[in-house]
Amino acid sequence: MSAMSAGRYWGRIAAVAALALGLACKREERRFNATYPSAPAYASVTLDTLQPGVPSPELTVKSPAEGNAYDIAQGKLLFAQWNCTGCHSHGGGGMGPPLMDNEWIYGSSPENIVATIVEGRPNGMPSFRNRITANQLWQLAAYVRSMAGLEAKGPSPGRNDEMQYKVDEQRTPFRTPRASSSKTLPAKSQRP
Amino acid sequence: MIDRGATRHIWPTHVAVQAAVTFLTLVAVGTACTGGSEDSANAKTLPRAASRGTAGNDTLVARNGIGAGKITIPGAEAEDGQWLRPAKDYASTRFSGLDQITTANAPQLKLAWSFSTGVLRGQEAAPLVVGGTMYVVTPYPNILYALDLSKPGGPAKWKYEPQPLAAAQGVACCDVVNRGAAFADGKIFYNTLDNQTIAVDATTGKEVWRTQLGDINHGETMTMAPLVVKGKVLVGNSGGELGIRGWLTALDVKTGKVAWRAYHGGPDSLVLIGPRFKPFYETDQGKDLGVTTWPPDKWKQGGAGAWGWISYDAALNLIYYGTANPGPWNPEQRPGDNKWSSTTFARDPDTGEAVWAYQVTPHDLHDYDGINESILLDLPWKGQTRRVLVRPERDGYVYVQDRTTGEVLAADTFGVVNSTSGVNLQTGRPVVNHEKEPQMGKVVREICPASPGTKDWQPSAFSPRTGLLYIPHQNLCMDVEPVEANYIAGTPYVGMNVKMYAGPGGHRGVFDAWDPIARRKVWSVTEDFPVWSGALVTAGDVVFYGTMDGWFKALDARSGALLWKAKLGSGIIGQPVTYRAPDGKQYVAILAGVGGWPGAIVSAGIDARDSSAALGFANAMRDLPNATTKGGTLYVFGLP
Repeated sequence: MSAMSAGRYWGRIAAVAALALGLACKREERRFNATYPSAPAYASVTLDTLQPGVPSPELTVKSPAEGNAYDIAQGKLLFAQWNCTGCHSHGGGGMGPPLMDNEWIYGSSPENIVATIVEGRPNGMPSFRNRITANQLWQLAAYVRSMAGLEAKGPSPGRNDEMQYKVDEQRTPFRTPRASSSKTLPAKSQRP
Repeated sequence: MIDRGATRHIWPTHVAVQAAVTFLTLVAVGTACTGGSEDSANAKTLPRAASRGTAGNDTLVARNGIGAGKITIPGAEAEDGQWLRPAKDYASTRFSGLDQITTANAPQLKLAWSFSTGVLRGQEAAPLVVGGTMYVVTPYPNILYALDLSKPGGPAKWKYEPQPLAAAQGVACCDVVNRGAAFADGKIFYNTLDNQTIAVDATTGKEVWRTQLGDINHGETMTMAPLVVKGKVLVGNSGGELGIRGWLTALDVKTGKVAWRAYHGGPDSLVLIGPRFKPFYETDQGKDLGVTTWPPDKWKQGGAGAWGWISYDAALNLIYYGTANPGPWNPEQRPGDNKWSSTTFARDPDTGEAVWAYQVTPHDLHDYDGINESILLDLPWKGQTRRVLVRPERDGYVYVQDRTTGEVLAADTFGVVNSTSGVNLQTGRPVVNHEKEPQMGKVVREICPASPGTKDWQPSAFSPRTGLLYIPHQNLCMDVEPVEANYIAGTPYVGMNVKMYAGPGGHRGVFDAWDPIARRKVWSVTEDFPVWSGALVTAGDVVFYGTMDGWFKALDARSGALLWKAKLGSGIIGQPVTYRAPDGKQYVAILAGVGGWPGAIVSAGIDARDSSAALGFANAMRDLPNATTKGGTLYVFGLP
């Protein structure tokens, strides 16, 4: 094989590899105008499936942070900055309950989690009403879900940048949520 | 006066010797207990060289109870069969003069009755016994029960429910515990998790007064047991992990009005430092050190509560207590000594004025609170009798201090310590091992002891009959990584990822008998889990403690031999007490109910897949849920 044909051969290999890589990495688009639902929107969700008679239809709230790697990564950062780690550690809990298990006292949907952060809960969860902005709330909710393996694996964080205290969120196994509230199953589209 | 002998205690020898002893102990246990029973008399009388790296004092006698008959307890009262204060006496000895239960008959101890508190969180309180009534305080929601000891089975006379704020549970660092009550002036005094001190009529169960002393929105809680001294109820706050401003407060017994409050940071006027203040060591001397040893204004969220024990010397008219860790844990965010965190104070109980202070751990690096009990003893020391306090400290040393001046006479390790290499008795400061100092961007491994220290809150007991101090404690080391802590009022202010694990030897708990004159261990029992219960010792020379997997044990106070044990419904982290009931018989009472910092993995359902959970304690306790379940029951044992 001449030197030239060898160069062409390797060139072709490189081109194919580049194409394969391009196809594999569908780069997430950066959004500049995402609309995050504001306070009244999530207040309309219920925590409970028990309703007198026929259940009333719920408003569907679509969180732009769900399934978005950037938002989930921001959520991970905010989880430390807002001192969530102080009580919930890195998901295992301490002063507050664990978030990486399948027990969801106040519901596991993004709306439930945002409502919990905003309203607080009676046994010690502080209310962050008027302290955390709407986009950060949905980012936090998306990250909290990823801690329990409820977010799609792709956009969930694949590494910890601190001391190894647990497996990363990508490798956290999905376990069907169960709770006092039965409205905890993630929507089908959100299941990994 | 400087004890130069003690300054020669440098850790490598020490650690090596201790590790060797631990190993030998384990080998001995392994050989002795071929049946596999982990606790069949695994006490090991230690060779004399065990805890002293130096040649030591040759006048010591290598037999148990060397100090017997020589050490006296100041202000000792005649035995009345009651248990009126958290530690029974003002000297904090947890020694009872009752002697019906002896080393001979302890194996016959039987359950007399039991009582469910109805609360399934960590039960750390000591029951009180006043006349024919027993008083029990539960963890949050802090119910107070009065039980009638004059009737079979101890039926409840009444219960009092203070209804603390449920939200207070969210700012309790390490389970929602309460360490008990105190009796005086016909009233029971105790604290609620949401920062109220309450006085309840001991006869009727009616509330006499309640005083709000702190605010959960600033991270404060109250978990400690009060001490009543000269018509004042002394109480302190908790929350070194939440950026509180620590204090000790005195309330009037009759009215609940605040008589004085001493803060543990800020200008001298707030710390109640005035002309009478004479600290022994130079670095504790100076004006407004509570301000100048902090970055600007950081003392305002500098932690240093008072959630442990208070002792009182009536002759000197001084109270002694220690302050907690500074906040945040991340030491890079608070350069300086951070006074007055991790400090022992001597104060005048009438005015609160500080008479001396000794900062045990300046610029704390590892969450070494200084709140442990100070046991007041009059001790023969180099030919004279010294009025001392003895404190098995979180940093791994048993401190012997002159309680009139604060001078440290000795500081000897009682566990594996590599975070410091000794205490310099000339300066009073520990010699910090900077290799173990946490730094941002770096994981520091194998720091011993871990954050709960060689010994945490669990109180020790002292017997004047054996001359020995009985120390329940743990054997844990840790890896740490500091991260930036943000101060948001009412939320944690820690800034440290922690991962704890068993120290050398693999066991996590130790129960030691320590000779404060010879400054060495006389015998030592290892336990699988941390020994998080208090100790009790009696004139029958029986010592009691409990384990986190639910065994309540009686040991021979002189030899450490196991005399009796009983398996209770849940892990034990409470404080055993003994009393004489109206039937004239001696009983021993203990609350079972696992929890607290190490037991939160069970009581609060921590997920140990995250090894940083519960401030890193979850990693060391991941097998506890297999060994015990939640509980909340009082057990009373007596002779048949």
